[in-house]
Amino acid sequence: MKRIISVLLENEFGSLSRVVGLFSQRGYNIDTLTVAPTDDETLSRMTLTTQGDDQMAEQIVKQLHKLIDTIKVVDLTEGPHIERELMLVKIKASDNESRTELKSCVEIFRGHIIDVTTHTYTIQLTGDSDKLDAFIEAVNTMGIMEVVRSGVTGIARGDKFIRAQ
Amino acid sequence: MENLSGGDALIRALKDVGVKHIWGYPGGAALHIYDAIYRQEDVVHLLVRHEQAAVHAADGFSRATGEVGTALVTSGPGATNAITGIATAYMDSIPLVVISGQVPSSKIGQDAFQETDMVGVSRPIVKHSFLVTKAEDIPATIAKAYYIASTGRPGPVVVDIPKDVTEPNRKVPYSFPNEVKMRSYQPSDRGHRGQIKRAIKALVSAKRPVIYSGGGVIIDNASELLISVARKLNFPVTNTLMGLGAFPGTDRQFVGMLGMHGTFEANTAMHHADVIFAVGARFDDRVTNELEKFCPFATIIHIDIDPTTVSKNIVADIPIVGTCKSVLAEVLSLLEQSNDEVDQDALSQWWQQIDEWRAKHGIYTASRYEDSYDDTIKPQDVIKTLYNVTKGDAIVTSDVGQHQMFAAQYYLFDRPRQWINSGGLGTMGFGLPAAMGAKLAFPDTDVACVTGEGSIQMCIQELSACSQHNLPVKIINLNNAALGMVRQWQDMQYNSRYSQSVYEESLPDFVALAEAYGHVGIRVTKYEELEEKMRECFAMKDRVVFMDICIDRSEHVYPMHMPGGSMRDLWLSKTERT
Repeated sequence: MKRIISVLLENEFGSLSRVVGLFSQRGYNIDTLTVAPTDDETLSRMTLTTQGDDQMAEQIVKQLHKLIDTIKVVDLTEGPHIERELMLVKIKASDNESRTELKSCVEIFRGHIIDVTTHTYTIQLTGDSDKLDAFIEAVNTMGIMEVVRSGVTGIARGDKFIRAQ
Repeated sequence: MENLSGGDALIRALKDVGVKHIWGYPGGAALHIYDAIYRQEDVVHLLVRHEQAAVHAADGFSRATGEVGTALVTSGPGATNAITGIATAYMDSIPLVVISGQVPSSKIGQDAFQETDMVGVSRPIVKHSFLVTKAEDIPATIAKAYYIASTGRPGPVVVDIPKDVTEPNRKVPYSFPNEVKMRSYQPSDRGHRGQIKRAIKALVSAKRPVIYSGGGVIIDNASELLISVARKLNFPVTNTLMGLGAFPGTDRQFVGMLGMHGTFEANTAMHHADVIFAVGARFDDRVTNELEKFCPFATIIHIDIDPTTVSKNIVADIPIVGTCKSVLAEVLSLLEQSNDEVDQDALSQWWQQIDEWRAKHGIYTASRYEDSYDDTIKPQDVIKTLYNVTKGDAIVTSDVGQHQMFAAQYYLFDRPRQWINSGGLGTMGFGLPAAMGAKLAFPDTDVACVTGEGSIQMCIQELSACSQHNLPVKIINLNNAALGMVRQWQDMQYNSRYSQSVYEESLPDFVALAEAYGHVGIRVTKYEELEEKMRECFAMKDRVVFMDICIDRSEHVYPMHMPGGSMRDLWLSKTERT
């Protein structure tokens, strides 16, 4: 099953490569990876998604925790959580018919058209990965030129939070 | 506050953290550091002949003493030569700090002369690594490096220092931190109380128990506690290759090493056990044989400091994350308070069964090799003779191959840190430099490097370093003129096709070679001379002696696990199996 793992780590030289290296070294796959500093700039927050059964997920969490730079590791999929991904799609839109259809699709998926040329629309969409997949499927026949996805970020629902101390 | 250059600050920080010896090899990017070494006398540098040996020697020193070993190399080839040594230490959880010079900060990334991304290259085989970017950071980084290397599950730490950071003309205030605190690294110590109580329950109700202890017990200096727990329970004890010496090899409760070349009684007892008490061991594939067939009846209690090791290969029924020392101490005190009694009847039946196995196929009771009728020397007899001549008291290092297994089987180690070998990575070339490290730590103890003519040639250049630093180690070379373990596998699995495992007539005259380095060489070709010549060798306390012992070329190591089988599926000799 799909796992969303959140990692809080020291924003130090080489800490990102240690996480990425760990995955290839231990034979785990990374499906998506996002990383950026937090409100505290000495810390990075990383979200990665991977596939695996319970035992593998447990090993991944333990191995990530073993890295010296790692402060906290949480498998978000173990509890209620919110997952979001940002996608930018550049798509052919050169006639009225396709422009109208695209507009209504974007509306249905609650996206935004953020750039327009005579031949293209650039669309921005956020949501969970399934929603983004569904949008791609909906507009697939209309001439997609480029797709950029940020990868998943996530946060636990409710009062729980991940912070250093 | 004193002002020091980066180079001086580094050496001062090493002194302040307690380092007395560095093994190393100079080169361009490390020259400011070497100049700082020249300016002081507190930290002694030992020059080796190859960087791999520097790391192995620091490693051998650490294994013999329990202290952190230190190596210093230059950038590029110096750093990459150190890699095998670092990987060796990493696999066996040995605390080391390896300091590497790096090209100047301004040249990093430019493919400068002797540039290698050392932090990148070493990443999968270090516990942690640092790139020092300014001289001000040196003391704190060194304090952290030694703290990380020696706490939790120990391991090697790399500190990469660009040349400009050690520049002699730029002086910065020096202050060494009193303590190290890291919010991201707080190794756990004590095991979970509830789990330990569950373990006690399982232990006292066991009918066919085995204590399976590994290198963790030695690393954590928990041997005495292990012995106390084993005595209290009267359970049989088996040690892994890395754990030999944690429980006395000559003790009645000791059933020998387990695993691929473990004893029949240890492996068979493991297979039939109903409770396995694993302490500081990691269920390595050279122990378990086929995982699906591993110990089908056993409740497994697993103590380890590293959470990732628990339930990695074999799912533990009662996992306990904590140091061997703290958990064993708690187990002992709970056992002493407990009113539950071990089922003595069941236990005495179990011992009776184990004694029968011992008598039938044990390597110490039923010989695994045929006595030779001519003068041929059996490798097993060399180890037995070594044991007798050194009264079982030597520190024995080994390389990798058949000789390593014979040493593990036939030298009965009675104390921890007496047996030093590369168990995890299996590094040929480890034995001689490791012996140098051990000899430096214990100049009055006999240090023997049991090796083969294959392994010894991988670091033989260190015979020169032995002269320079007066390290009179004894080299026991089991010379069968072939890569013995490779040939054994070729015999067993490749229909004796000896692809690239024989030297034909190319081997050097080891006696003459030893003499060329200024040492003593002794060749032994007949069994009847073996003991006398070995006594001669160990009588020369202040000389390096290279004993080139020509042994039976056809000998195999037995017992041996059958591939794909359970722990009890063993070859007992070339013709016998369980």
